[in-house]
Amino acid sequence: MLILLIVYAAVAAVCLIGHRRLDRVAFPLSTVPHIVTFAWLISVAPSVLDGDPMVASIDWVGQLGLSIDLRLDGFGLLMGLLVTGVGALVTVYSSGYFSESYERARIAGLLGVFAAAMLGLVWSDGLLTLFVFWELTSVASFLLIGTDDRSATARAAALRALLVTGIGGLSLLAGLVLLGIAGGTTTISGLLAADPSGGVVPAALVLVLVGTATKSAQFPFQFWLPGAMAAPTPVSAYLHSATMVKAGIVVVARLAPTFADVAVWRPIIVVCGLGSVLLGGVRSMRQQDAKLALAHGTVSQLGLIMILVGLGTPATTYAGVAVLLAHALFKASWFLAVGAVDHATGTRDLRRIRGVRRFGVLATAVVLAAASMAAIPPTFGFVTKEGALEALIEGGAGWPGTLALVGVVLGSLLTVAYTIRLALGVLGDGTIAADAIDPEHLHRPGPVLVGPPALLALLGLAAGLAAGPVGAWLARVAASLDPASGGRELYLWHGFTPALGLSAFALIGGGALWWSTRAATATTDAPRSLSTIAYDRGYEGVLSGSRRVTGVTQSGSLPLYLGIVLLSVAAAAGAALATHAGSFDWSAVPLANSPLEVVACGATALSALAVAVARQRFAAALALGGSGYLLALVFLLQGAPDLAVTQFLVETVTIAVYLLVLARLPQRFSAAPDWAPLGVRIAVSVVIGLSVAGFALQASTARTDPSVAEEYIARSEPEAGGRNVVNVIIVDFRGFDTMGEITVLAIAGAGVINLVAAARREQRRKQLLDGTDVKDLSGRAPEVWR
Amino acid sequence: MSIAQAGLIAVLFSVGTFLVLHRSLTRIILGIGLLGNAVNLLILTSGSVPDGVPILGTGSDPADFTDPVPQALVLTAIVIGLAIVAFLLSMAYRSWTIDGNDVVEDDLSDRRIAAEPDVDEDFGEET
Repeated sequence: MLILLIVYAAVAAVCLIGHRRLDRVAFPLSTVPHIVTFAWLISVAPSVLDGDPMVASIDWVGQLGLSIDLRLDGFGLLMGLLVTGVGALVTVYSSGYFSESYERARIAGLLGVFAAAMLGLVWSDGLLTLFVFWELTSVASFLLIGTDDRSATARAAALRALLVTGIGGLSLLAGLVLLGIAGGTTTISGLLAADPSGGVVPAALVLVLVGTATKSAQFPFQFWLPGAMAAPTPVSAYLHSATMVKAGIVVVARLAPTFADVAVWRPIIVVCGLGSVLLGGVRSMRQQDAKLALAHGTVSQLGLIMILVGLGTPATTYAGVAVLLAHALFKASWFLAVGAVDHATGTRDLRRIRGVRRFGVLATAVVLAAASMAAIPPTFGFVTKEGALEALIEGGAGWPGTLALVGVVLGSLLTVAYTIRLALGVLGDGTIAADAIDPEHLHRPGPVLVGPPALLALLGLAAGLAAGPVGAWLARVAASLDPASGGRELYLWHGFTPALGLSAFALIGGGALWWSTRAATATTDAPRSLSTIAYDRGYEGVLSGSRRVTGVTQSGSLPLYLGIVLLSVAAAAGAALATHAGSFDWSAVPLANSPLEVVACGATALSALAVAVARQRFAAALALGGSGYLLALVFLLQGAPDLAVTQFLVETVTIAVYLLVLARLPQRFSAAPDWAPLGVRIAVSVVIGLSVAGFALQASTARTDPSVAEEYIARSEPEAGGRNVVNVIIVDFRGFDTMGEITVLAIAGAGVINLVAAARREQRRKQLLDGTDVKDLSGRAPEVWR
Repeated sequence: MSIAQAGLIAVLFSVGTFLVLHRSLTRIILGIGLLGNAVNLLILTSGSVPDGVPILGTGSDPADFTDPVPQALVLTAIVIGLAIVAFLLSMAYRSWTIDGNDVVEDDLSDRRIAAEPDVDEDFGEET
């Protein structure tokens, strides 16, 4: 399995890197991994479906117990076949769909990346592996939606999809981690076996459901999916109908049989699912763009699948798997067909499309896909819808199941209505005169564009006719989710049952609904849904909020920044000190170690204060030097003659440097506007000084272990042959530190030389300017000297 | 550490901070010099108590030596402090030769964001 994922990634990488050179061959090339994987899946299918999953695992971060765990069971097999099968058809279709104006190699590469991530997602057993692949599909989706990166709409749609699914992904991660902790495991199979309950489990499940709802475009997060239609149609067919949006359903399907009985699970599933079913259905009827109508229809259908797999009874799980397959077949077929229509007629507007009937194969594909979508016998759509109604009637999921049944019937009714409208719109002749369609443009789409949708639509019909064998096969798939789902069957005809009655009701009601609304002028600018508005408000709020925060915190004033940073440090340290001030042992610190120390410290402090009050640079520099010399005395009294000597010498050099530089600067400090009144600045400084002093006092009494010095002192003479321990540490024990110090000195020296040389050049240039006769009234240097 | 030393640390840190918060680059450098001294004193005094000079053979017992490790650390720090001050001073000199002053200016683009938080500059136009 891993090898296949690597092959995918390698082909995708070749496409992405090869770019221009591979433009023509990118799509044929990227079909190869799909076909290879599809064939491999078929070859391993018998053993996998017999309940013998394939497992692969490699260590990732061993210390953290992280590994990449893959597990191919029956459900993973079905999803894998969908990803690779639809993937192969979509790449073939793409080779005819994308003209030379597209960056074909890039799109092919990204589709390959996505396919690899999606396969990893449906096969992953590790909780974190699942999350990583989950996010990879989000990223691939973002890049593919934004294919037309010069359009602001496409960019915004891509960003919206990424943000919504990305935030959902974080929620999923939190939920999975909590579940993993509760179950004491890092794998899904382990989690299901452990079946943790109580404690954090309900909260974790809510987080997981939020994540799955964002990914599968469920109410109230459905709004990103229609926007994602900014992606090229093959991409939409692949990611946003057949595969990626099923990711949430995959996770729900795996967890539901075990966790559906937790109190929070079913109500959330049913509310989100029904919201999507009804909202998607109603909105689909209002669209003029065939692709958008399909997108809203997808939201509706995903809601149905979510309800079925989410209710988690054996019957609904089985029905959910069947509907999932049916939906992938007819919806991908629909999308590809609409793409072909768009290609042939140049429009996707239901009011403008005309002449499609003449393209026999394409029109047949549309009819078949529509029949399957509207659940008209004998298509697979009908068979699975019947199965779904049967399962819901069978019950076992309490009141949410009953509510779901009502909602699903209403949703089916809506589905019938919008399907009729869509099919007639595509096949009929548009009501708006052909002003938008260039007759020249109308051309028969090639076999590459018609073949894939026709094949998918035919499969939908064939699976319906062969409901028995297909149903038995799906039962073995569903058994991997819930053993109790095994052994079930699908029927094309199973007598006059309540389910048949409901189907008929949905068909007739849907037809009637379409008839009564057929004249209603649908509007292209439907009102934005509440969740879209909420998203937009939230997004703008975050942007402007962050700009405001930036404006306040990043005022551009360096002293202000410094003040804030220092005060934060003082506040953090000060708070800790203040809380422990009561327990401080004042007897541990003497007032002074000697009378002379008081004098030395006092003089140093006075000299330092003089630096602050000095108005002239020279006076300030001399006061600084004085304070430094006096500090050397403090060092000496502390028992550190080496330090005292060094401080004395360094201070001398420092003063020399100061005087050298200050001699070239004006006497007084430049008068610059202050960022805060004097009192505030003094207060800030005093607070910081006091908190540091408090910290120093606390630290000096905090030693718990003896110093390392004993070892240094003991080894000083025998090992280094030196008596001055400080000296030995510097030149011997810690010799490399000293080398680093010398390096710093050398670099600083080089910097000084450079800066001074540059300043000299500048001065010479100015002198040259002043001395010559250049009449430049602007006062700026002539070009020659710049 | 004694109260006197802690008081000196407080004064050095306060004055150093006060100077660093100025806009004049020379004052900032003076402040950094003072802060360097303050930190050196802090490390030395909070890490050791005054006692025998840590030099063997001077009569005092090695068991009574004051801790030499903070001294070694501070000795390095003093020298590096000199390097920093020298570098900053040459920067101030360079700044003076270019601008004719040594004032630390505000960042203009930051100022603009602060003034108009609602103006969004980063998004490209539709093409």
